[in-house]
Amino acid sequence: MNDEETLQIALTVNGERVTRTVTVRQHLVDFLRNELGLTGSHLGCEHGICGACSVRVDGAVVRGCLMLAVQADGSEVITIEGLSDSGEIADLQERFVERNAMQCGYCTPGMLLTAAELLAKGKPATREEIRTFLSGNFCRCTGYHAIVDAVESTLNRRIGGAGR
Amino acid sequence: MSDKTTLTPLDRPNSYVGRTLSRTSAKRAVAGRGHYTDDVILPRMVHSAFVRSPYAHARIGSIDVAAAKRAPGVVLAMTGAELKDMCAMSWHGVLACFEGMKAAHQYPMAVDRACWQGEPVVMVVADTRARAEDACELVAIEWEELPVVAEKTTALDPATPAIHPELGDNLAFRKTIERGDVDAAFRAADFVIEETFEFGRHTAVTLEPRALVAEYDRGTERLTITTSSQVPHMIMTVFARTLGLPEHNVRVIAPDVGGAFGMKIHSYGDELATTAAAIKLGRPVKFIADRLESFVTDIHAREHRITGKMAVSRTGEIQALEIDDLSAAGAYSQYPRTSVFEANQVLTITGGPYKHQNYRGRTTVVYLNKVPTSQYRAVGHPIGISVAEHLIDRAAELAGIDPVDIRRMNVMEDDSYPRLTSTGLKAQDMSHQACIEKLMKAMDYGALRAEQESLRRKGIWRGIGLATFIKGTAPGPHGFYGLGGAPIASQDACVIRLEPSGGIICAVGVTDQGQGVDTVMGQIAATALGVPPDQVRVIEGDTDATPYGGGTYASRATAIGGEATYQAARALRSEILRLAGALLQADPSTLDIVDGKVVDAANGTFRISLAEIGRIGHFQVAELPDDVQPVLSATRRFRLLEKPYIFTNGIHGAHVEVDVDTGFIRHLRHWVVEDCGRVVNPLLADEQVRGGCVQGLGGALYEHCVYDDTAQLQNGTLADYLVPMAAEMPDIAVDHVQTPTQETELGAKGVGESGTGAAPAVLMCAVNDALRPFGARVTRQPMTPEIILTALGKI
Amino acid sequence: MKAPRFQYVRAESVEQALDLLNRHGEEARILAGGQSLMPTLNMRLSQPAILIDINRLQALRGISVADGTVRIGALARHAEVMESPVIARHLPLIAEAMPHVAHVAVRNRGTFGGSVALADPAAEMPACALALGATFVVRSTRGRRAIAADDYFKGLYETARAADELLVETLIPAQAADRISVFMELTRRHGDFAMAGLACVASVSGEVVNEARLVYFGSEVRPILATRAMAAIRGKKWGDAAREAVNAALTDDLDPMTNLQGSAAMKLHLQRVLTGRALDAAVARARTR
Repeated sequence: MNDEETLQIALTVNGERVTRTVTVRQHLVDFLRNELGLTGSHLGCEHGICGACSVRVDGAVVRGCLMLAVQADGSEVITIEGLSDSGEIADLQERFVERNAMQCGYCTPGMLLTAAELLAKGKPATREEIRTFLSGNFCRCTGYHAIVDAVESTLNRRIGGAGR
Repeated sequence: MSDKTTLTPLDRPNSYVGRTLSRTSAKRAVAGRGHYTDDVILPRMVHSAFVRSPYAHARIGSIDVAAAKRAPGVVLAMTGAELKDMCAMSWHGVLACFEGMKAAHQYPMAVDRACWQGEPVVMVVADTRARAEDACELVAIEWEELPVVAEKTTALDPATPAIHPELGDNLAFRKTIERGDVDAAFRAADFVIEETFEFGRHTAVTLEPRALVAEYDRGTERLTITTSSQVPHMIMTVFARTLGLPEHNVRVIAPDVGGAFGMKIHSYGDELATTAAAIKLGRPVKFIADRLESFVTDIHAREHRITGKMAVSRTGEIQALEIDDLSAAGAYSQYPRTSVFEANQVLTITGGPYKHQNYRGRTTVVYLNKVPTSQYRAVGHPIGISVAEHLIDRAAELAGIDPVDIRRMNVMEDDSYPRLTSTGLKAQDMSHQACIEKLMKAMDYGALRAEQESLRRKGIWRGIGLATFIKGTAPGPHGFYGLGGAPIASQDACVIRLEPSGGIICAVGVTDQGQGVDTVMGQIAATALGVPPDQVRVIEGDTDATPYGGGTYASRATAIGGEATYQAARALRSEILRLAGALLQADPSTLDIVDGKVVDAANGTFRISLAEIGRIGHFQVAELPDDVQPVLSATRRFRLLEKPYIFTNGIHGAHVEVDVDTGFIRHLRHWVVEDCGRVVNPLLADEQVRGGCVQGLGGALYEHCVYDDTAQLQNGTLADYLVPMAAEMPDIAVDHVQTPTQETELGAKGVGESGTGAAPAVLMCAVNDALRPFGARVTRQPMTPEIILTALGKI
Repeated sequence: MKAPRFQYVRAESVEQALDLLNRHGEEARILAGGQSLMPTLNMRLSQPAILIDINRLQALRGISVADGTVRIGALARHAEVMESPVIARHLPLIAEAMPHVAHVAVRNRGTFGGSVALADPAAEMPACALALGATFVVRSTRGRRAIAADDYFKGLYETARAADELLVETLIPAQAADRISVFMELTRRHGDFAMAGLACVASVSGEVVNEARLVYFGSEVRPILATRAMAAIRGKKWGDAAREAVNAALTDDLDPMTNLQGSAAMKLHLQRVLTGRALDAAVARARTR
């Protein structure tokens, strides 16, 4: 890699310890997709607006395209693959499938990462609050209604409220 | 309404048609295990990036790629002239059915002249996309700026230069449709309403941008393209022809597609260039359009200025409708579907639901130095429906009747088919009246009106909008594509076969982008055969593995592809029963297939399994009589006969609140009642409508490609071009009336676009209803706060 | 769009960061939350020679209150500010503004210091800081200085911080118990940059607005302390006459930008609407206090 600045990083990705040498300008999602083959995180804009790139870093959902891979050194990163395998949102995923809360599926990983953070709060939320929480994740296919339904009913079931 | 006294296989108790089934690809989507074009990584793969014209119109002088070629990681730098030398033909975006249209020949990258800001000029290929972009910055081009044609209203002025001198002027196309005696009707009318409308240019904004990986194997001389396209067969044909390759040596695979909406049915120069690079280099080349590139290359649509005029009687009867439309194309007519389709659609569907006998529609399509335009979801319908529905609301006001009553009075009666629409097209199997009544109940319209009245007294301004529509779906060869001479299939096909295990493989020419086409085809095949859906695997999106079809566009997949699948599955059923009859020494007409097993039709007794027939047919053929040769598969193709489209109809309702101090609109709730014929999968159909509505609302509220007077795009990022997000969108109630189409046995029509077509119209009607007490009126989209405050006279 | 090449240094101490800033000046960019910097890099709108990543500098973290002054470390994430009981208790204006700041994922990384250092005209935190009379503490190899918010916001993305200075913390006097604050903004979509916005801290007795600090943002090149509007409302009974006087005075305080979001005329109109609504709210909140 002709004189392009690189750095070695060590981080945990989906529970697995990873050590790699990366170019300093590579963003986290390109690292995850191209170096680790974790293609579940997607790129829709690379300027932090669409949310398709959402990943969890040290417990919080972030825009993966706005973080350099070198900044994730020492961090714990969870992608949709890891989140899915962990079973943390199995109920949400099931509800998404049942309700058809996705079509092309491109926004879905980011949408689930964001919804997972809402569910993790363990507090009730109105439809309006759900919409507000998801307001940074663009979906072009569903029009959001089905997504809100799926998140709402999962939330209600979890906190023992009136299910749908 | 069709006569439903004879039962068809679709009415059987174990029919999957009409049942909600989860999509087959949903589970992997929620696990992040979708497979999109950018997920394809091939050995020795390199990446293309483009130097694009910063000017809307400029002559290209010298191009110096020396520094770029030396840059780290670069393997190729190619100019437009070099690419042209690899092309066997130019792209000429004309269709014979658009009489008199003119278009310039285009090459995939600009050669002597760039004609729009964003047009690709030089391609650089490097080992990473980042290094390809670095190298692009080192390309030196001598530009000579040329006069820019930026404005559609002056594009045909004598003083305005022709973008393409060989065309003489900037006129792409003109057309007039005339029926009855419009002038006499206007002279005799009690009321005449006239209004001029402006619609902003916008673009699809698929979340997954355009993407392509091309690989040319020098050993086998085979070109394999993986691309995010709705129309893999068309890409195969167009790219093979353009690059002078035998079409049968080209394979196109469309894996998971992250949103398409019609934007991905077109041919793009940068994708073709990338393919050429793969051939030249003998190694795979990947191109992913980034978001900035997408804004200046994905087709644009919907830029119109249109005057609408309606003649109405004192009692509210529409007597005539006239429209005069000015439509802005871009710098070239997009190949191969042209840039004039949308204008043509506006002429053919405006006022379509209504009975008036006098109609004149005129359109003028002009070239501008902007991004080329072409078909995008609901093509032309948002414009035509917005115009007609606004005018009919104005007519209602003048006649002193409710907007729903004027529609009740003027729609084509449900029992009046077959007939012609007011625009002269053959129509049948429609249900405007039934849809209106169903909507009134769903909305509790009377209650909303009463509440509106009482809230007005408190200074709260609610609006209720209605929008009736017709939508052309599922085009046939007698319309535009077949007659037009384009390499675009309006037929479709299914090849279905029985596997040794008893499983069914169903290969179709239509494609899925997440709306569930594969699931729906599977349901149809399962129903026609008599097997459970999980016994059927649908293959789509691979030209090597599927029969040549048109892909998915114009809401055709279920109607056309579904019919081919239905008929192919019926044929396979007959074949299976033929073999069963031979094995069981029974008359096949006494047998049936239920739940994947051959049974006695009379009493349901199990006779033989499909797995057994599969095993014998493939491995133990000696068990069959000597004169019985197993075929084990069937192929059927379907096309519409005679009619250019299968029309659908419906009505939208919207309830809004307008903040008259800020000009902000709150969309409280949205309803749709529509008739797409037989609904195969209710959940998937409803979700198509919902998603389509929100996409349409985007154009009515936010979306606008803003250009300055040198045709430079001002807002080409997602921060500046606004798309609908979750917090502002309403819940959408969807219901259906089902009038099966008589064009097919399946009876299904198209549903994918009707949400997008009418949603902008109903929102504009609702906003105008809210503003009515102020005498204010909005006739532009997107309806920004600036426009609303201006209408209210507040600024 | 892939970022251009740059040098990258992970600062291990504030001194190291200052030394780098001293050496590279305009050629360097501070990488904190990255929510504003990274888009410009990815879009190749800026091509700095060196990025100084300050995310490991513990000294810049934290939110605390002491002697009636709230300290917000430059690296305090928006999410931390939003969840902070210190902020909720002592700076309710900021607590009210936080839900308007972008979206969850952006708030998880974006920093208070980053927002104030960039001074995007439509950003919420600069306006709140100005309304609350904040002091910005910057450091360089030349020393430490405290800049009053009134003197800090100069122009479009232009602040009093020099290229070699690093913002380390913001000090804000806790809102007095007898003060009412109101935050309002207008955006086309939730989380967008504001078309018009107002951060207001007022002293209200009954229907009388004794004193109000009115900071307008979104429409202007920088957050504007509307001194003439504030003079027009001082000591006045809130009603139609006061509303008219304040609206008239705003013509002189504000100079809205015409841009993609709309015309200057529309923005002035919206700021007037917000003023009326904010002062209505201030009076109502004073009543229920």
